[in-house]
Amino acid sequence: MASEPIHPGSEPNHARRFGLIWVISSLIATPLVVLLIGPIMPPGHGSEQASGHVTDNTVLIGAATPVLLLVVLYLIYAIVNFRQPKGAALEGPAIHGNARIQTTWIVVTSILVISLAAYGTIRLLEDGAGAGAGPNPVAVPSGPKLPVQVIGQEWAFTYRYPTYGGVETPHLVLPVNEMIELHVTSLDVIHSFWAYQLGVKADANPNTDNVVFVRPTKKQTFEVRCAELCGIWHGYMFDHGQVVSPTAFALWIKEQQVRFAPVAKYLPKYARKYIPEPIRRGE
Amino acid sequence: MSVVAKKLLGIGVGGVVVVVLIALYISQWATSFPQTVAAMSTRKVAGLNGTQLTLQTVAAIGPKYSPSHPDWVSYLVLDHGKWVHSTIFKVPAHSLVHVTVLQYDGDSGLRNPFLSQVQGTTTGMETIDGKATKAINPEEASHTFAVPQLGLFIPLPGVPEEAKNQCEFAPCTLAEAHRTITFTFRTGAKGRYRWQCFVPCAAGWIFGFGGPMQTLGYMDGFLDVV
Repeated sequence: MASEPIHPGSEPNHARRFGLIWVISSLIATPLVVLLIGPIMPPGHGSEQASGHVTDNTVLIGAATPVLLLVVLYLIYAIVNFRQPKGAALEGPAIHGNARIQTTWIVVTSILVISLAAYGTIRLLEDGAGAGAGPNPVAVPSGPKLPVQVIGQEWAFTYRYPTYGGVETPHLVLPVNEMIELHVTSLDVIHSFWAYQLGVKADANPNTDNVVFVRPTKKQTFEVRCAELCGIWHGYMFDHGQVVSPTAFALWIKEQQVRFAPVAKYLPKYARKYIPEPIRRGE
Repeated sequence: MSVVAKKLLGIGVGGVVVVVLIALYISQWATSFPQTVAAMSTRKVAGLNGTQLTLQTVAAIGPKYSPSHPDWVSYLVLDHGKWVHSTIFKVPAHSLVHVTVLQYDGDSGLRNPFLSQVQGTTTGMETIDGKATKAINPEEASHTFAVPQLGLFIPLPGVPEEAKNQCEFAPCTLAEAHRTITFTFRTGAKGRYRWQCFVPCAAGWIFGFGGPMQTLGYMDGFLDVV
């Protein structure tokens, strides 16, 4: 079938029309998304760091909304306006590049990506944002901190409290509104300590002290899971921790010291990492 | 039917057969579990309330129970007077379970000494050869029977190296060198709870945690609370 001639002059200004649709949609949708979805963003407000994640996720979804609209609206716009007429098989105009569109695209996306990278870096530098920061974290929050060691092993986490005689416990209990300095390590393979509601996730690597800061802001029960595939019982490597009042914490830690007194003499001196024996049967 | 169509049909049928065979193999592998052994009511054996679970730990399971891995360390369970190679045990919910472990293996030592303290039993203790104990020397641990979800951690001391008449492979008899560990714990709600050994006791495997430590039926299993 012969192609019909195209008359560019009869076409509306699609760029202007679509641009207007996109800007108006974005101005309506973005605040709605931020206001309606932002408050229910994970992981909730179990700690300062978790609240920070909620803010970050809200910023990200706010920034992503106009981009999503750009793609989806343009798809719809193209289907409606640029579809083939029935019975016709027309070829579009041969376009070889468009400097303005390309420049705009590169500039806008670069600004977006660089802005988000800068935002993420600034947030990480504030207090580590609940992520493992290695043995010598760059971002160290000011003020007093309660050190707690998280020890991963196949297949359970245990916890040591160096300021309380290095007592080790099978469960994690933390005082509310205190800055906690978690030292995450492993006695065997790589695990990952993930306290979801607290917004904490840090790899537990053998022979490594991975430091992460968190300040729980409310009394709560939170989940602890391993987030690194670590063997047959990885899926069962979970537990529940608790954030309690400082008084309840003081009582609890005293109880633990009494309860685990029989094993205290066998525990190694508290250290930031351990190279445990025996591995006799593995040698 | 053209030659090309016949070829395509052949390839299609062959492909389907291969996929079905692979699916059958995977499903059989994934659903292959050791048998479940129920704990015995203690009214029948000792006039006590609750149930009795009698286990045995051996350094090598032997060719009788595991021709493919005769040298693997393993647990066994007593079922109506016979030792069975299984690590899936059925116990009643909200009840007392009395456990006896006949421990025939030598010590390996715990990587984390904290796990050498008894936790989760009704008395906070276990008995080792009749003597009540709260914690053992972690270097003398041979295995543990631990159900982390129930807070149950039972360290099992090893048979001394110098002991005479050591058991070579399962089933071991009471005449051979062993330690007898007993403890009682209370079960909670119904559910499937995993249990495991925390001692790196898998000889020849990296960190002692491969092979029998990663295979259901040897050093770990399930406690079905029903």
